[in-house]
Amino acid sequence: MAHGPAKGIGRWLFTTNHKDIGTLYLWFSFLMFLLGGFFAMVVRAELFQPGMQLVKPEFFNQMTTMHGLVMVFGAIMPAFVGLANWMIPMMIGAPDMALPRMNNLSFWILPFAFAILVSTLFMEGGGPNFGWTFYAPLSTTFAPDSVNYFIFAVHIMGASSIMGSINIIATIMNMRAPGMTYMKMPLFVWTWLITAFLLVAVMPVLAGAVTMMLMDINFGTSFFNAAGGGDPVLFQHVFWFFGHPEVYIIILPAFGVVSQIIPTFSRKPLFGYSSMVYATAAIAFLSFVVWAHHMFTVGMPIAGELYFMYATMLIAVPTGVKVFNWITTMYRGALTFETPMLFSIAFVILFTFGGFTGLMLSVAAADIQYHDTYFVVAHFHYVMVAGAVFSGTAAVYYWLPKWCGKMYNETMGKIQFWIAFIAFNITFMPQHFLGLAGMPRRYADYGLQFADWNMVSSIGAFMYGGAQLLFLFNVVRTITHGQPVSDAKVWEGAEGLEWLVATPAPYHTFIKPPVMSAGGEGPEWRVDAPAPAMAFKMAPEAG
Amino acid sequence: MSVSVRDRALLGKLSMLVVAMFAFAVFVMPPLYNLFCDILGIGGKTGGAYQAVDVEVDTSRSVEVQFVAMKNETMPWDFYPMETSVSVHPGELRSVIFYAHNRTGKDMVGQAIPNLVPFNVADYFHKTECFCFNNQPLASGEEADLELVFIVDPDLPTSINTLTLSYTLFDITDRSRPMLAQAQ
Repeated sequence: MAHGPAKGIGRWLFTTNHKDIGTLYLWFSFLMFLLGGFFAMVVRAELFQPGMQLVKPEFFNQMTTMHGLVMVFGAIMPAFVGLANWMIPMMIGAPDMALPRMNNLSFWILPFAFAILVSTLFMEGGGPNFGWTFYAPLSTTFAPDSVNYFIFAVHIMGASSIMGSINIIATIMNMRAPGMTYMKMPLFVWTWLITAFLLVAVMPVLAGAVTMMLMDINFGTSFFNAAGGGDPVLFQHVFWFFGHPEVYIIILPAFGVVSQIIPTFSRKPLFGYSSMVYATAAIAFLSFVVWAHHMFTVGMPIAGELYFMYATMLIAVPTGVKVFNWITTMYRGALTFETPMLFSIAFVILFTFGGFTGLMLSVAAADIQYHDTYFVVAHFHYVMVAGAVFSGTAAVYYWLPKWCGKMYNETMGKIQFWIAFIAFNITFMPQHFLGLAGMPRRYADYGLQFADWNMVSSIGAFMYGGAQLLFLFNVVRTITHGQPVSDAKVWEGAEGLEWLVATPAPYHTFIKPPVMSAGGEGPEWRVDAPAPAMAFKMAPEAG
Repeated sequence: MSVSVRDRALLGKLSMLVVAMFAFAVFVMPPLYNLFCDILGIGGKTGGAYQAVDVEVDTSRSVEVQFVAMKNETMPWDFYPMETSVSVHPGELRSVIFYAHNRTGKDMVGQAIPNLVPFNVADYFHKTECFCFNNQPLASGEEADLELVFIVDPDLPTSINTLTLSYTLFDITDRSRPMLAQAQ
């Protein structure tokens, strides 16, 4: 029967509770977010003015590389795994994750992976300096000695992600409450199911890529070494075969979060639920067949360029369906603009903007000019930051009252939102101009003609960093001094099983699965103890 | 806390997928990549030895073939083509000499890797003999005339008037020590 959490540090080290592990993931990812943000601040401080002021170019390269690696693998991915751990069992009426011990393992190897990765910065020769895409031969023949530690760290991260996603798949497929059919699952669960399959399919490819690097560096093979008959371009194919699905791994759970939040604050069910599911699946499928649009300049035959160009443009169709559905959900809704909603609306606007610059980049002929310029940097920060990070922030504000039973400070949340929104655009909008004017990415210095916009961009970056500290303060203050809330349904427009359990969510939920009973126009759920019995209507299935 | 039968079955299937995808990346993708480059004649990789067939020499046009010789990183040899550019008629057999000289005090092995530009005409450039088919052991102070015999295919698209063949010479002494020891 139910028992509370263990005492002391052992609770966190040995826990198999999905909520504890979700909390660990979320705090870890926030720590990594601050670390990756610090690296970004070093980059932007150096780029504040032309010429070398603060760091050496070699160290600058390590900063850009580590910023990318830490943000992608340390901040964004674990943050969404944390949300999955917390919310998926509660959303599908399961008592816990399917494989709780593996859950513990998949979290606790992560700190070691990043300790190894970050420790390379203090080694002789420095840390990884070859960009987060670690193209061979830069990452093999010309790599610093610490590259073996980098490879080992990537292996551990990959193992963690694979275990985490197997767990999520098993939970969703095997542990849904009776009556929770696939097409009744909340969209966050759907997007995570598809994301988890993407992870299981492509993380081994990343592991394969770094393994081949390891062999080339240490054991005399020539996968990527032209001297032995290999080909560096092969590396790019293998990497992007992983890398393109990876960008959807990052963004699909963000889609899921926004699809939960927008209906809540529009007080309408999500428009086009089933089309959302199919669009997500279509995006996931297409992500496997478009990888070479990252490498239009390697010298592909014209047929290849055309194929990858059109296939890439095709992704805009299911993505457009999703954007249409979010907007239509808001249309004629009874909108209110709490912090999570503000972040979600900003997500829709800015993500769509980033999607359009993505379409520009997909044009093979035009990409020759944009390739490896700040235009690309601006594009992927619009989809990664305004996409994944904004949605993660929205998710924390949305579910924080449910997690800890305290309401965050709305005013502070809104101030954070407006600073983040404005600062984000000050940072990244000018990078489009810089890129179109020809400023290459990953350089520690630049020509004088780029000076003004770089200064503007750096000022925006410092403001954006400050907004994150406000975020941290707001969350900590909520936990320590927040206004207690006790309504199970924290937001009156919220729908879903997670809003039927008590607030704050008890350590164990759904020890008895929720009961679905016929009644009204849609199915109704009843939750027996420990949460007070309460019924609510599931969102009617659209389409 | 035991794992249910359904979870175990799913765990097995997904683990198999993980292993399969890893194997795909390491064992399937590299050969597949080479196969694609080979079939499509892309990547600038020229083919192996070509059996010359009797073809009409197309004297109505001539194609300029340029030669570039590069040394990778620390390769200390002298290495250059005796002619940097020749004009040939398609179908004509032509020979070019590359000069290599190992000025160092140690025995070394070099390997030349060819690359052809434009990258998609590899199918129209045939080598009947090439030093690049084998590696080149040169003893200390030894010099060598390395021969390349080639034919430009008469089917070469008429839009192409210039081909550039580059060789990058790599020092593979370390990885061919066993072979070197055997030869002595």
